[in-house]
Amino acid sequence: MTSTTASRPVEAMPAHGSNLSLGSLLRRPEAGAFLGLLAVLIFFAAFGGLTFLKPAGMSSWLNVAANLGIIAIPVGLLMIAGELDISVGAMVPFGAMTVAVISGHYGMSIWLGIAVTMAFGVTVGLINGYMVIRTAVPSLIVTLGSLFAVQGIVLGLTVLITKSTSVALTVEGPAKVIFGDFLFGGQLQVMVIWWLVLTAAYVFFIHFSPKGNWIFAMGGDKVSARNAGIPTDRMTILLFVLSSTSAAFVGMCQAILYNSAQVAGGQSFIFNSIISVVVGGVLLTGGFGSVVGIFFGTITFAIVNQGIYYTDFDRNWSALIIGVLLLLAVLMNNTFRKMALSATTKKKGA
Amino acid sequence: MTAPILALKNINKSFGPIDVLHDINLEVRPGEVLCLLGDNGAGKSTLIKILSGVHQPTTGTIELDGKEVIFPAPRVAQEAGISTVHQFGGTFPLMSIGRSFFVGVEPTKGWGPFKIYDRARANAIAVKAVQDMGITRITDGDRLVGGLSGGERQSLAIARAVHFGARVLILDEPTAALGVKQATHVLRIVNEAKRRGLAVIFITHQVMHAMAVGDHFAVLIRGAVAADFRKGEKTREEITDLMAGGASMASLEGEIEGYMATHDGHPPQAVQA
Repeated sequence: MTSTTASRPVEAMPAHGSNLSLGSLLRRPEAGAFLGLLAVLIFFAAFGGLTFLKPAGMSSWLNVAANLGIIAIPVGLLMIAGELDISVGAMVPFGAMTVAVISGHYGMSIWLGIAVTMAFGVTVGLINGYMVIRTAVPSLIVTLGSLFAVQGIVLGLTVLITKSTSVALTVEGPAKVIFGDFLFGGQLQVMVIWWLVLTAAYVFFIHFSPKGNWIFAMGGDKVSARNAGIPTDRMTILLFVLSSTSAAFVGMCQAILYNSAQVAGGQSFIFNSIISVVVGGVLLTGGFGSVVGIFFGTITFAIVNQGIYYTDFDRNWSALIIGVLLLLAVLMNNTFRKMALSATTKKKGA
Repeated sequence: MTAPILALKNINKSFGPIDVLHDINLEVRPGEVLCLLGDNGAGKSTLIKILSGVHQPTTGTIELDGKEVIFPAPRVAQEAGISTVHQFGGTFPLMSIGRSFFVGVEPTKGWGPFKIYDRARANAIAVKAVQDMGITRITDGDRLVGGLSGGERQSLAIARAVHFGARVLILDEPTAALGVKQATHVLRIVNEAKRRGLAVIFITHQVMHAMAVGDHFAVLIRGAVAADFRKGEKTREEITDLMAGGASMASLEGEIEGYMATHDGHPPQAVQA
């Protein structure tokens, strides 16, 4: 007994190098998401051939992943911090309609439309955030309220202003190239670039900057986090602003890309983003997860969503696959989390 | 005898019409463990919350190093060197030891907007701090806090408070949820904190644990200090009786002894179904 305890501190030194071992990789939050992605790739490769990995096939699911991923990451960060935002479902058409009404219906500058859209995104985020921290009502309920309220505003105002539920928008020049075009004249949306850049920024913010630690602490134990000096209220508001602004951004870019905006649509983002986040290994009750995991989760979702077109299956079955995938992912992530909790330095040699 | 670090003078606290604490006078010195004993509802938690800045006293004053202070928020008390460790350690189960140790004060490397969290340094400092407190089983700062035993978590929280310069350590029922062996660990850490010259306020209702580390004891009953005595002045039975509100425990023990005397030394048995 005494000899083993004495030898352990010495062992601890090379422990930093052991992070690349299989066991420690499996204990990372994104392990489940990565394995899920592999499984889905193998599944669709087996049943549909490799068409979906060729450029044309890839752009179909990369476009879906990019639009979803930009929203899923901030939604996932809120979940890590112990909150939920479902109002993103209304923010997508809100963002699309704002830019379309200002720059399409009224014919004002596209840059003004973009600025107002972003400002509306920030405003709704601030309202969500303030309501959550001031009222202590669960954020699911608060954002359910703002989901419906924003939907009402979008439909009511659009019909009032334009007498229609669909508004055309024509954008040319740099705004089109930056926000809503296809890359190299192909089928890949410029959104994919935004998604990759934003993902890299989030990875830095969450996993490398010291502030990322705060978000995990908030989700782990909000009271302790506050006592440790973390400005929990400010961080909560910031995260809500990120998620609603990101959703408005995606809506805006879609309107610029497709040259029109509809009052409906966007609801699918609510569940799809939550599925991507949970498949990506984020714990629904907060405190655990990773941006890379959400990234993998989003790709997995997008492949299932689009891959079905490349198989002989009727596409009506894709929801079944997503449902089963979600349950498997949650079970697998639970297992990996238990492994992470029970992991000790002792097992390192085994 | 050294001067008290922290002294409570005539503290009263009421929530609306309900008086919770009456005229509490207590003091704690460096290198001394003050055990705050009391049954559930005696006002222990309210007293801790006043000390840690969660509540403010209705009347009365708190003195730190002989000067009157006010703690309007937990943060202020913490900056004054008063650290509270709660029953479950107040740590984050799904965070690594290094990350949870430095929550809010993360060490960084790099410059400007590219300052990044220095994982290696955080882990090394955290592991060393815990090992210095005598928990040598913790060697890997990447391990998740949730994988530690209850006693280790308490120790981690205490080590954290000590590392960040706590002068007064308030331990809220640190041994309540622990097994015998784990509790011994925590008591050893309490002794280590005391040896380093910290003033420790140890809240418990386990008289055995209090007697193992305490120098000075105060028993709270219905919000008032019912007894205030030093080590060796009272026996365990006397303290237990005091906590239970006087004679009730003694009379229960008397009843059992009486029963045993009339039943050939057998204690009362549960009625068989």
